[in-house]
Amino acid sequence: MAEKISNKSVFFNPFSKDNPVVVQILGICSVLAVTAKLEPALVMGLSVIAVLAFSNVIISLLRNTIPTNIRIIVQLVVVAGLVVIVSQLLEAYAYDVSKQLSVFIGLIITNCILMGRLEAFAMGNRPWPSFLDGVGNGIGYTIILVTVGFFRELLGSGTLFGFRVVPQAFYDAGYVNNGLMILPPMALIVVACIIWVQRSVNKDLQEK
Amino acid sequence: MENFNIFIRSIFVDNMIFAYFLGMCSFLAVSKNVKTALGLGVAVTFMLVITLPINYLLQTYVLSAGALTWLGPEYADVDLSFLSLIVFIAVIASMTQLVEMAVEKYSPTLYASLGIFLPLIAVNCAILGGSLFMQQRDFPSVWTAVCAGGGWGIGWLLAITAIAAIRERIAQYSNIPAPLRGVGITFIITALMGIAFMSFLGIKI
Repeated sequence: MAEKISNKSVFFNPFSKDNPVVVQILGICSVLAVTAKLEPALVMGLSVIAVLAFSNVIISLLRNTIPTNIRIIVQLVVVAGLVVIVSQLLEAYAYDVSKQLSVFIGLIITNCILMGRLEAFAMGNRPWPSFLDGVGNGIGYTIILVTVGFFRELLGSGTLFGFRVVPQAFYDAGYVNNGLMILPPMALIVVACIIWVQRSVNKDLQEK
Repeated sequence: MENFNIFIRSIFVDNMIFAYFLGMCSFLAVSKNVKTALGLGVAVTFMLVITLPINYLLQTYVLSAGALTWLGPEYADVDLSFLSLIVFIAVIASMTQLVEMAVEKYSPTLYASLGIFLPLIAVNCAILGGSLFMQQRDFPSVWTAVCAGGGWGIGWLLAITAIAAIRERIAQYSNIPAPLRGVGITFIITALMGIAFMSFLGIKI
C-alpha cells in the first residue's frame, strides 16, 4: 500500500466508518444464522476475532513467499487450520454453544470477511498492522453480531443471555413475545435497519 | 424416488438462501442484473453437483470414524473426522481451479461470461455449507449427494435470479429513502422473500 495509514485508524475504522458487515457487506451469512440468541452470537464473534487476527498475521508473514496463482488455496488452508483449532477448542470447553453454532463454525472458513481482509490488507502490509486490522475488523463484526443478537433475543424471547428481562407483569398485561424475531429473515431486517441508521449518520456512504 | 424427494426438498424447503442464508456475500454483490446473476447461479450449481459427491466419497471412505477399514482391520479405530473441514475446502478450492482451467480451454465463450465468478466460488459459503450439511445428515448413497447438490444449486440459482430481477425493477421505478438504497433495500426484499419461503417449511414430500 502506497500511503501510510496510521495503526490507530487501521484499528478503529472498522468499528463504524468501515465496518466489515454493514459497509463492506462481508460475512453476512453468519450474521443471519447465529444471532437468534446473544450467547452464540458472542461466541461466534470471538471465534472470528481470533481466526481473523492470527490468519492475518500468518499471511502477512508469508506474503512475500506465496506465489500469486495459488494464493487463494494457501489462504484457505491457513484459515482452515485455524478454524479447526477453534472448533476443537469449542467442542472441548463450550460443547452446548458449539452444538448450537453447528456448521457455522466451519463456515468461518468461507466467511468473506476473512478472504476480504487477507486479500485487501494482509497481502500488502507488515504483520503488526495486519494483526491490528484483523482484531479491528473482528470487533467491528462482533459489534454488529451482538447488536442484532441483542434485539432478536430481547424482542423474540424476552431474555438476554438466557435470563428473563421482560418482567412477568408485562406478560400478565397482555404482552406477547414476537415469535417472528427468532426466525432468520428478521435478522436481515434488523441488519437493514442498522444500515439505515448508519447511512443516515454517515451521508457519504449512501448509494445514488 | 427417495432421491427425487431430496432434490425437490433441497430446492424449496431447504433453499440455501431463503432458509439457511448461505452464500449471501456473492448473492448481494452479483445480484444487480439478471444476466450476471444467472451466470453465477449456473457456476454455483455446477460446483455443488461436482464437489458434493466427491466430498461424500471422501467422508465415507476416508474421514469418518472407522471409514478406513477397507485398508485392513488394523485401521478400524482411525477417526479422521477432525480433518474434514480442511479436506472439504481443499477439494472445493482445487475443483474450482480445475473447472476454471477446463472451461477456459474448452469453452472460451462460457469462460468469458463466467470468468470473474469462478474464483469467487471457492469462498461461496453455499458450497462448503452443502458439504457440511451432507456430513451432518448422513446421506445413504452418493446419488443422494448428487441430487441434494443439484437441488441446492438450482434453489440458489432461482433465488439469485428472482432477486436480481426485482432489483433491476426497483432501481428503475422506485423512490427509496437514500440511506436504504442499494444494499439496505436488498436485505429487506430478501427477508420478505425468506418469510414467503417459510411457508414451504413442514411440507413433507
